Amino acid sequence: MKNTMSFKRRAPMLILEAFTILLFILFMIPFAMVVLNSAKTSREIIINAVALPENWGQLGNNISRIFNNPTVDYLSAFGDSVIITVLSLLVIITFSSMAAWVLVRNEKKTWSIIIFMVFVAAMVIPFQVLMYPLVRWLRILGNVLNLRLLGTVRGIVFAYLGFGSSLSIFVFHGFIKNIPYELEEAATIDGCSYPRIFFEIVFPLLKPIIVTVMILNGIWIWNDYLLPYLVLGSNGAVQTLPVAVTAFAGAYLKQWDLILTSTLLAIVPIIILYLFAQRYIIKGMVEGAIK
Amino acid sequence: MKQRSVVNILFLAPVVFTFIMIIIVPFSLGIYYSLTDWNGVSPIIHFVGFKNFSKLFNTPDFIHSFLITVGYTIINVILVNIVSFTLSLIVTSKVKFRNFYRAGFFVPYLIGGIVLGYIWQFIMNNILVSLGTTYGIEMLQSSFLSRPETVIWVMSVVNTWQFSGYIMLIYVAAIQSIPKSLMEAASVDGAGFVRNVFNILIPMMANAFTISLFLTLTNSFKQFDMNLTLTNGGPATRFMGVPVKASQLLAMNIFDTATANKMAEAQAKAVVLFVVLVVVSLIQVSNNKKKEVEM
Repeated sequence: MKNTMSFKRRAPMLILEAFTILLFILFMIPFAMVVLNSAKTSREIIINAVALPENWGQLGNNISRIFNNPTVDYLSAFGDSVIITVLSLLVIITFSSMAAWVLVRNEKKTWSIIIFMVFVAAMVIPFQVLMYPLVRWLRILGNVLNLRLLGTVRGIVFAYLGFGSSLSIFVFHGFIKNIPYELEEAATIDGCSYPRIFFEIVFPLLKPIIVTVMILNGIWIWNDYLLPYLVLGSNGAVQTLPVAVTAFAGAYLKQWDLILTSTLLAIVPIIILYLFAQRYIIKGMVEGAIK
Repeated sequence: MKQRSVVNILFLAPVVFTFIMIIIVPFSLGIYYSLTDWNGVSPIIHFVGFKNFSKLFNTPDFIHSFLITVGYTIINVILVNIVSFTLSLIVTSKVKFRNFYRAGFFVPYLIGGIVLGYIWQFIMNNILVSLGTTYGIEMLQSSFLSRPETVIWVMSVVNTWQFSGYIMLIYVAAIQSIPKSLMEAASVDGAGFVRNVFNILIPMMANAFTISLFLTLTNSFKQFDMNLTLTNGGPATRFMGVPVKASQLLAMNIFDTATANKMAEAQAKAVVLFVVLVVVSLIQVSNNKKKEVEM
């Protein structure tokens, strides 16, 4: 009797556990299918896409076929993606936090309010409205400055600073508002110069919010497709991973052994990063959304 | 004090300059081009007024794209909310390994739309079809992506799979900010789990629901990447008596129009998208203002 009683009480929990496991498996099946089929030959995939691969060694074969493929330079695309993401984050964080600090410390002044409002309002602009004029404009600007902006890392990093600054300034602004001003006043009395107050006192306090800004922008820039496609071109010298994967899949239509392996290679670095920085990534995403 | 103004300008200059060059100028040009006959080739551009806009009202492919984007958005709002709310309840319950699940459900969001599109194209065109043939399930034997009446639903399912983990995080944060004592007190008074959810949890989470509604609306309206690699607009169907692409959402319609060198027309369509997003955002902002007053 006692056993059935406790079972009755535990039953809802057991059902919930089972339901959760089922749901989780459902969520993960797409990834499992990528891994399974990346270890198959295209013949095996056509015969049975669901079966386990005959020989896991095929995974290595497929990977080396992608690394040695002339249509896509996976390693260089990966390198370009890393360089572009890191440099963009660096300039976004430095310049947005500087600007946000000045805007907060002059909060009552009209110019500060107007600049802040314009940055925030710009978040509503969809990329589609300005993407073609942007390309045309960057070409003109490049000619005027005698500095090539299209097809170069500097050009796309410049663009990412423009697109990333709105949200970043907004997030920094909210955080800096809560830093007590007395801290800076004390430093001024001690003879600390105005710019040094920012770099030596305020900036170190921004660490937690920098992580948030880094993650919000990092996920977006790493996965972005249209901007690099338009600014760098689909097969230029500089190429990001999403553009490379698309160019590759376009060249090997329906050759799923190669396409899936290339998607696997694009996923793995992110998963590895996620395993290490999971706590920060989740925290950053929540903070970014709620603000 | 003078030193301060100089520093203020120096600190603002990099971002403000970049912002003008990357956002303000191209945006203004974009609005202007929508009123011209820009075709991307000819260097001479003429002002044509609202001709491009008035033409849109009898452009079947645009009306079709607009309508299916609205439909896609509505389905997403419902699906994403149901799934992510369920997930948030699960990972805040006493289920074992709940933190592991929470981390797992978020993974699809990390993978960009481009890569996801290929993965799901494979699942829809190969895995499901192969299962259908092996087990003789007729419904699965032709791909859901090749049927005009199902393709939008597939995109919504993929979108739900991608975004639920993210919206879940927002709901989890909202649930965790509700004092535990509230639910416990209600339980002591004899309220069951379901009643607790409807009477306490959901009303207390109103703000989180508005945020997620706004995010899902704007993301769905701007959807492009996954659309490109999952369906590329296909399959073909008919609308207002002419052939159109069954899954060509608004953003892709703009992209395809521009690719065909009809730049000015693409700009006009993009301006319409912009106006829709402005309206959605204004409603969201005024909603938030109202809530702050109530608080």
